[in-house]
Amino acid sequence: MEKRVVFHNKYLPYLLVAPQIAITVIFFFWPASQAIVQSVLREDAFGVSSHFVGLDNFIALFEDEYYLNSFKVTALFSTLVTVIGLSLSLLLAVTADRIIRAATLYKTFLIWPYAVAPAVAGALWGFVFLPGPGIVAYLLQQMGVDWNFHLNGAQAMFVVVVAATWKQISYNFLFFLAGLQSIPKSLIEAAAIDGAGPVRRFWTIVLPLLSPTLFFLIVVNVVYAFFETFGVIHSLTRGGPAKATEILVYKVWYDGFEAQDLGGSSAQSVILMAIVIGLTVIQFRYIERKVHY
Amino acid sequence: MIERRPIADFVGHLILIVTVLIVAFPIYLAVIAASHDLAGISQVPMPLLPGSEFFTNMANALLEGPKIVGVGRGTSALLLMSNSLIMAISIAVGKIIISLLSAFAIVYFRFPLRTFFFWMIFITLMLPVEVRIIPTFKVVADLGLLDTYTGLVLPLIASATATFLFRQFFMTVPDELVEAARIDGAGPMRFFWDVLVPLSRTSIAAMFVIQFIYGWNQYLWPLLIAAAPEYQTIVLAIGRLMRAPDAYEEWPLIMAMAVLALLPPVVVVVLMQRWFVKGLVETEK
Repeated sequence: MEKRVVFHNKYLPYLLVAPQIAITVIFFFWPASQAIVQSVLREDAFGVSSHFVGLDNFIALFEDEYYLNSFKVTALFSTLVTVIGLSLSLLLAVTADRIIRAATLYKTFLIWPYAVAPAVAGALWGFVFLPGPGIVAYLLQQMGVDWNFHLNGAQAMFVVVVAATWKQISYNFLFFLAGLQSIPKSLIEAAAIDGAGPVRRFWTIVLPLLSPTLFFLIVVNVVYAFFETFGVIHSLTRGGPAKATEILVYKVWYDGFEAQDLGGSSAQSVILMAIVIGLTVIQFRYIERKVHY
Repeated sequence: MIERRPIADFVGHLILIVTVLIVAFPIYLAVIAASHDLAGISQVPMPLLPGSEFFTNMANALLEGPKIVGVGRGTSALLLMSNSLIMAISIAVGKIIISLLSAFAIVYFRFPLRTFFFWMIFITLMLPVEVRIIPTFKVVADLGLLDTYTGLVLPLIASATATFLFRQFFMTVPDELVEAARIDGAGPMRFFWDVLVPLSRTSIAAMFVIQFIYGWNQYLWPLLIAAAPEYQTIVLAIGRLMRAPDAYEEWPLIMAMAVLALLPPVVVVVLMQRWFVKGLVETEK
């Protein structure tokens, strides 16, 4: 799509894009290229000089059991957040879509967790599950569960998944509801006249028509779980206990800042970049976005 | 709906009401915790009804802040919140201004590097802070911007999504307006300010809501850039307090601060719901 009528000026357009391009180059492209350069260098013990080591940093990374563990943790975490988040929001959206008159009201009551910072979501749920005063922790202990998510890895994973999913439900709900409301009512009525019940209609008409939205949300949720949940992990578990909740983004930060391993952290950055690029390509190539309001 | 099923309707309302309550539950609990003193909150199980200390705790959080060693002793929530506010508003306004300008250049001018710049802006989508943590930190450090508002804001105001949103909108503005402006002798900047910006009001409002929340909720970036207590934000402070060794002595205060940290963005979303939904949907187009 191009404009037919444009302005003519030799220098003005460059001046207009200059601020955006300057920030992009200084704070995006330059650091990203530095990460790539650093990932093939290793610093000596004193940090004075560095030399070229080829792919050694990457090889070391994939031989490091903690890094492989971090991959598994991230896979588990993002799968749980995506699957639980999407199933719950789809159920809610289908329910709200049925009783359309009250849908707007419920929408207002369900969208606000989107505005809560991941770190604050972590703090809120951390308190709910806190061994001692936490009310759900108390109930679990009454039921005979030995509850302490600061010590038990599986329990820690459970709490971070709850906090991360809670925050994302509003977003999923809004898009599912929009998707449902854009499905032509005549199709559903036709199916009903042919004798299809609500369940049959959902599986054969609603879900296939909703699949672009569903596919789009899967990508968005995976990206969210990979890259935007640092605050949840940092405020709740610090990647622990025993690295049970150490997702890739947490590890890249930890190795770079706390462990001061520049080469290793940069190699991790490069791998993460490859993951983002892959996800973005999927998002733009394969997804027909047909979300209408 | 097609069938009239009163029971299904009832079950539907029930599911939604229960979910709304579960979703709101952690906030309720935080408010309750913030309304008791330490002795009150330490009962097992903790009380589920509000106590009498809410305003004491809030005033304490706002004016003095928790006294936990190593987490910026005496940084009051008021200071932390004003830092968050400065950061959120500067990021939102900054993003809107530079994106309006670059979208204007890309849509309304033809120049040799136009496509190249467009792709450069597009690629930033694939480079979130999280994947270039250390080198970005180093750039900011080399520029002497650690512990400054500029360091907190400037690197975050490049925006592919805002540029695309405004580009999308500008494409729908009728060409006749440009022709009319030209006949009336208005230059490009005059057209930009007097025609384009006023027409973009709704898009700007939608963008503002989304970016305000984005800026207020930043966590990793201030964690890297703001070491000095004077520049920390309220969200960052919550994350640090959570795992402080003697946090248990301050739970009522920490929960009071958590409530303060989530209040501004939640209020913005609820009050500006229409623009929020518009912004959310349009940035994903």
